[in-house]
Amino acid sequence: MTEFTLNGKTIQYDGDPTMPLLWYVRDLAELTGSKFGCGIAMCGACTMHVNGQATRSCSLPMSALDGATVVTIEGLSTAAGEAVKEAWQEHDVVQCGYCQSGQVMQAAALLATNAMPTDEDIDVAMQGNVCRCATYHRIRTAIHAAAKKLEA
Amino acid sequence: MTRSPTLSRRALLRVTAIAGTGFMIGCEDPSVVDDNTNSASDTNTNIDTAPLTFNHFINISTDDTVTVVVKHLDKGQGVTTGLPAIVAEELGARWDQMRWQYSPADSTRYNNLFWGPVQGTGGSSSIANSWKQLRTAGAAAREMIINAAAKEWGVPATEITVSNGKAQHSSGKTASIGELAIAASQITPPTEPKLKLARDFKLIGVNASGKLPRMDSKEKSTGTAQYTIDVKRPNMLSAVMAHPPLFGATVKHVDDTKALQIEGVEHVLTTPRGVAVVAKHHWAALKGREALTIEWDDSAAEKRSSDELTAYLQKVVSEPMTAVREEGDIKKAFNESSKTIEMTFDFPYLAHATMEPMNCVLQLKNGECHIWTGSQVPTLDVGTVAAITGIPPENVHLHVQFAGGSFGRRAVPDSDYVAETAMIAKALGKTNPIKLQWTREDDMLGGRYRPMAHHQFQASLDNKGNLTGWHQRATAQSILRGTPFEAMISGAVDDSLTEGGKQLPYSVPNITVEAAEAEIGVPVLWWRSVGHTFNAYSTEVFLDEIAHASQQDPVELRKKLLTKHPKHKKVLELAADKSNWGSALPSNTARGIALHESFNTVVAQVAEVTLNGDGSYRVNKITCAVDCGIAVTPDVVKAQLEGGIGYGLSATMGEAITLKEGRVEQNNFHTYQPLRINQMPEIDVHIVESNEAPTGVGEPGTPPAGPAVANALRALTGKAITQLPIGPSVTT
Repeated sequence: MTEFTLNGKTIQYDGDPTMPLLWYVRDLAELTGSKFGCGIAMCGACTMHVNGQATRSCSLPMSALDGATVVTIEGLSTAAGEAVKEAWQEHDVVQCGYCQSGQVMQAAALLATNAMPTDEDIDVAMQGNVCRCATYHRIRTAIHAAAKKLEA
Repeated sequence: MTRSPTLSRRALLRVTAIAGTGFMIGCEDPSVVDDNTNSASDTNTNIDTAPLTFNHFINISTDDTVTVVVKHLDKGQGVTTGLPAIVAEELGARWDQMRWQYSPADSTRYNNLFWGPVQGTGGSSSIANSWKQLRTAGAAAREMIINAAAKEWGVPATEITVSNGKAQHSSGKTASIGELAIAASQITPPTEPKLKLARDFKLIGVNASGKLPRMDSKEKSTGTAQYTIDVKRPNMLSAVMAHPPLFGATVKHVDDTKALQIEGVEHVLTTPRGVAVVAKHHWAALKGREALTIEWDDSAAEKRSSDELTAYLQKVVSEPMTAVREEGDIKKAFNESSKTIEMTFDFPYLAHATMEPMNCVLQLKNGECHIWTGSQVPTLDVGTVAAITGIPPENVHLHVQFAGGSFGRRAVPDSDYVAETAMIAKALGKTNPIKLQWTREDDMLGGRYRPMAHHQFQASLDNKGNLTGWHQRATAQSILRGTPFEAMISGAVDDSLTEGGKQLPYSVPNITVEAAEAEIGVPVLWWRSVGHTFNAYSTEVFLDEIAHASQQDPVELRKKLLTKHPKHKKVLELAADKSNWGSALPSNTARGIALHESFNTVVAQVAEVTLNGDGSYRVNKITCAVDCGIAVTPDVVKAQLEGGIGYGLSATMGEAITLKEGRVEQNNFHTYQPLRINQMPEIDVHIVESNEAPTGVGEPGTPPAGPAVANALRALTGKAITQLPIGPSVTT
């Protein structure tokens, strides 16, 4: 039995311990905002916050979650999260949008620990998140905008 | 088809009550109005094909919302913003009252006007083919609103205008579009509504008063947008497919004993395309697939390796080819030349590698079929499924979903992943909806690549350094040969081999472009900008070699050769000017330029690249100029150019699919390396102001990016890059 919280709700899980968190969240908890992109933690589309850390849920087995706090894009409601979501819309970052839940989660985690990141900080924090539409420079702009919004 | 067009039009224009929320004009099909996810079949086969097509595209509700029916797939290119913007402009609506919804699959009403009787998205044509159609629709609706107001107010229609979502009379009387919707719906639609003049545009174009925010920004920024992978249906089962490890191999024997013991696995089914595992959820299906033991028959499979394929393509180029363009006398030019320049290029296979791996949801029930997928060519996918299942096409209903990228991958002549889902559902013989989800590995190993190509070039210069002869020979696999689209091949050779090369815009007195199709058993497909990908690269890199050999500035040489193409010249000069071409840079930094027309849009890009001592390099900035006619939504146009450049850089710098004894060597993002944020340059897009009809922007940003970077590196190293990808470093 694994017990953890998902977006504030307590979950008791006693299924296949090797099932990745992503597939539990998508197929069993039926929260589909987090996306499947690669299955090997190389693209970031599945990024969730596990104990506050941006985490690739496609490669995290359910057995590792005992006592953990998991937040998905659906549950993202921190100040940084709200600022990021707003900045994303103000700058029309998205194109196909498929990777953007992961990008938003990664960016929100970055701003939670680094209130005013430089371009270099952003490159380091965000380079695990692939966007095939190459919205990268708008992602940079939107993160700076969100940081400014949080400072104000 | 016995109804008269007039009666039919009236019928289509009936006012339809929508569940107490209001009324809509021009809604002939209630299934379009509801959530369009599992609606009743669209059985209206007596479609009025008269030009009053606006009634298929615009619904106006008494709650003052205007909903545009979108016939194209949104795969990121922003059609759900651009198409409603065209309607809003002509109608005189406010942006905040605009809504959109996908059309059902229907080639009679929602066909791509550039393609004939096929509904489809591709060739950067969504805005271009819809431009007049949606303007006409919007203008017709505006005139109906005006006539309704004129009747109600007892004033001449000529004294009424519509703007900001309101009809207004000079007396000060006003009414909103929604307030007039019911009365307007009873007006006979005008056959030739008067379109606005470009100078009167308020919402669209480069001089619009402000940016129109994307319609899809909120749902895609908050995780609520629904893609195929997110489709949930009652009693749905998850499927994965074990594909043959070699292209052309087939299933010989399956042992599914262990797979069926996995908890959650319900069925193992052999289909013509591989072995499917059907389970309660995706993870169980994956574990089931791992437990399969499959023996494959690879007797007819492609077993060559990439080096053998390269040698084969080189051999094809050394043999007689078909001339696709011949001007002047190339032999004479070379005989009389004082200098000749030669170069060959090798291009690898490329995967589309969309962020959402291919997928489809499909249900067979009561002799009908419902499909949920991000489809570029809905009516093609419907036809494929009809053929597999034996269900008549009119009973196959496709519900278009957002696509997590496509770049051409979701327009497949044999509908590969859609066909697989139909085969699984048919083999299962139950009514459960089936969600087939490919893994990244399935997707990357699944073929449908941008073809490998080999190009050979020769140029001749006279004793003054003038370019007198240009000879290109190209080979690659045909994308269309052997598919239902084969009839689109107009000459002896598939045009994709030389597109963009054949149309070389430079004035050279003697030009020959030749091509021959290669035959390789690896499935290929159109990939963002198709044949322009390799032809833009080879022609523009070769031209810089000529500039170097004749000691001319690359921009000056191009300007000199563009005497017959003032539009190209203007775009080239704009990019050069905005990049400060010619101004001083640090010694380890240089600029490179490339110009290319694709999909009737001309794009020039200047790349500024810094070379480090160890051969690694960084693309600092790309300055881009584009002439795409009227830029309907300029910020979306910029986004497409930015993204197209990123896609081109990604391929040029890092991407390749290679084969070893027929097996693809890259199966995920650790071996097939896409561009990441730390590699993304600053991008500065400049749109040429134009009053011409819009042309494509989804693809044209991609072709010039690679050669612009290669030409900057050439300026730094003195060596042209003729084999792609460049990789993380160059030889200095």
